[in-house]
Amino acid sequence: MYLCVVTLPLWGFLLAAGAGRWLGGRGAALLTTGGAILGWVLCCVLFYEVALCGSPCFLTLAPWVQCELFDATWGFWFDSLTVVMLVVVTSVSTLVHLYSWGYMAEDPHLPRFLSYLSLFTFFMVMLVTGDNFLQLFFGWEGVGLASYLLINFWFTRLQANKAALKAMVMNRVGDVGLALGVWGLFTLFGSVEYSTVFACAARETGRTLPLWGAASLDALDVCCLLLFVGAVGKSAQLGLHTWLPDAMEGPTPVSALIHAATMVTAGVFLLARCSPLLECAPQARGVVALLGALTAFFAATAGVVQNDLKRVIAYSTCSQLGYMVFACGLSHYDVGVFHLANHAFFKALLFLGAGCVIHAFGDEQDLRRMGGALRLCPLTYSAMLLGSLALVGFPFLAGFYSKDAILEVAWAQYNLRGSFAYVLGTLSAGCTAYYSLRLLVSGFGAAPQGRRSTYLALHEAPWTMGLPLVLLAGGSLTSGYLAKDMMLGVGTDFWHQSLYQAPGQGAALEAEYLPQGWKLLPLGFTLGGAALAGALHAGWGPVLLGWARRPALRALYGFLNQRWLVDRLYNAFLGRSALAFGHRGTFRALDRGVLAQWGPLGLTRTFRDASQRVAAWQTGYVYHYALILLLGLTALLAWVEGRAFLAHWVDPRLYLLWAGTFLLAPGTSRTP
Amino acid sequence: MDLVHCLVLSLGLFLLGLWGIFLNRRNLLVMLMSIELLLLAVNLNLLFFAAYLDDQVGQIFSLLVLTVAAAESAIGLALLVVYFRVRGTLAVEFIHLLKG
Repeated sequence: MYLCVVTLPLWGFLLAAGAGRWLGGRGAALLTTGGAILGWVLCCVLFYEVALCGSPCFLTLAPWVQCELFDATWGFWFDSLTVVMLVVVTSVSTLVHLYSWGYMAEDPHLPRFLSYLSLFTFFMVMLVTGDNFLQLFFGWEGVGLASYLLINFWFTRLQANKAALKAMVMNRVGDVGLALGVWGLFTLFGSVEYSTVFACAARETGRTLPLWGAASLDALDVCCLLLFVGAVGKSAQLGLHTWLPDAMEGPTPVSALIHAATMVTAGVFLLARCSPLLECAPQARGVVALLGALTAFFAATAGVVQNDLKRVIAYSTCSQLGYMVFACGLSHYDVGVFHLANHAFFKALLFLGAGCVIHAFGDEQDLRRMGGALRLCPLTYSAMLLGSLALVGFPFLAGFYSKDAILEVAWAQYNLRGSFAYVLGTLSAGCTAYYSLRLLVSGFGAAPQGRRSTYLALHEAPWTMGLPLVLLAGGSLTSGYLAKDMMLGVGTDFWHQSLYQAPGQGAALEAEYLPQGWKLLPLGFTLGGAALAGALHAGWGPVLLGWARRPALRALYGFLNQRWLVDRLYNAFLGRSALAFGHRGTFRALDRGVLAQWGPLGLTRTFRDASQRVAAWQTGYVYHYALILLLGLTALLAWVEGRAFLAHWVDPRLYLLWAGTFLLAPGTSRTP
Repeated sequence: MDLVHCLVLSLGLFLLGLWGIFLNRRNLLVMLMSIELLLLAVNLNLLFFAAYLDDQVGQIFSLLVLTVAAAESAIGLALLVVYFRVRGTLAVEFIHLLKG
């Protein structure tokens, strides 16, 4: 049963990819979705067994790489963290499979699409179930690959190609960090297995790496930071976040899968999985917290002024991931994972709802050309409303429990990084509420802005698209309420040993006794943001118009709308110079320059020139030949007679060198 | 008999022959004559040494060289005749058809 969970999506992938041609779209859909549903059921059973009944399970499947000390096996590690991730991944993946029936119904490549979805699920399951860092890396690269294939699904579109390449390359940047981190861990611990590394983590505390002179770095800090670089790439934290908004180019179910359950959650999963390591590396944890908070704030502000429906949701993903990451950075891995699980439900709901909206509006994605769909698509509207409310943390919905928990534990840290995260998180909560409400109002509430033909063809989603919405809406409504006391709090033993929190780091109890005002502040910001968005976009259009005339506000709008100009900075300073280096540096100077001139080509050219120069001595004139004859005879005589005489002072090999210089010396001969 | 004087004489003749070969740009016939001069100088050298060392081998050698030189000049002249028939000239500076 445990291995079935891993292999079912693989079978789905193999059958749909290999036999999809004969199965057809419907057959492949039935097969892969059936496998996904079966996998989901098994995962629920696993959740019951492992997490609720408290029996973690470890399986060793086969040896993989055995080379002296390096001993990696295909092994599986099912503990509470893994099964939570498994349930999240398989449930969202199953619903996305089902949703694709309707959304991709007219696509001729439906089997390919479904096979990629299954491949994505397989790699994600591999990632979360592995019992060593190498297997994690296998899944890590695999989801990157699958995301590339899926973003690039409509491969005839140039934008999709570029977005997929960007996703792949930006992820690789992080993956290099991850690989270096794993390598560092192997150097420190002599193993890549979780059990060994985590057990020995405390012993290695305080070990340093010499840097320069007397300066040194804490080895564990370095390793954790490198691992975090991987998480930054995968979870789209500030710095490597630029691929995520562009990844919207794929079909909408793909965005749901990437943003909600699989790809981007891997970074948070890595942080949670490495909690025993991170607890021994306080400096690295500080960086994690700061970067997470910055990401949350950055993405929230950038999301406020985006006009693309999917892009708004993409920035909200980025922002919510920032919340999870800073929760992990503040040692509250349980809260981070709890938010991850909740986020998976309402973000999948939002994305699938957005897919329904786009479907209904005839592939229109611009918020400024929508509006007025409230009465025409009530189901979609309800789903989006629920998803948005869950996202902004409306009381008693999923996001409320986890986001407020994150902000509370941030406040209760009583140190700089905690306060920093709290302030930025609270501000982001206001922005989140603003853009979520703006999305709802401009999409559904405001006056119709699209074409007449669009509205004539406006339709509610078919049942295959509606059913996942309903199920996910149920999840968004209940997951926070149901799981809060199970996963969070002081008394729960839900996580067993899967998440570790160093003694003295936990402020879980303090968080419960915050002053009431601080507890209500995020909610106040949320309601304020929501009210502002509702007012501005529903009624006070002239106010917005007045703001648009002010230069300062216009500059701010441009700054935020262009995502803090990060992409432009990257292009100007990194992308272009890297491309220029590739062309001018490595290609022209190195490949065609140094290697060609001093390498084979230059060598042949030199010898050809030399031989031509020597051949040019034969002019055809008899008296030249006679002269050369005489000179040669003289030289020979001098050599034979003079050698014995000169050998006392001069090494005879020098003559050879001396003669050789005449051959190789640059002359005026032609260069072809 | 002073050997040095004799040798200087033959060396002078030899060098004259060499110069005839190098410096001559006009006529291939002169080059052939210079070669004869070289051989004459060598012959003289052989005879001088034979007399000085009181050894017969030098004289035998010089006789042989004489015959060889005669044969060589005969063949050389024949070549010249053939060449003149083809090209119509014996000027050395125009004989440069074979270049490296």
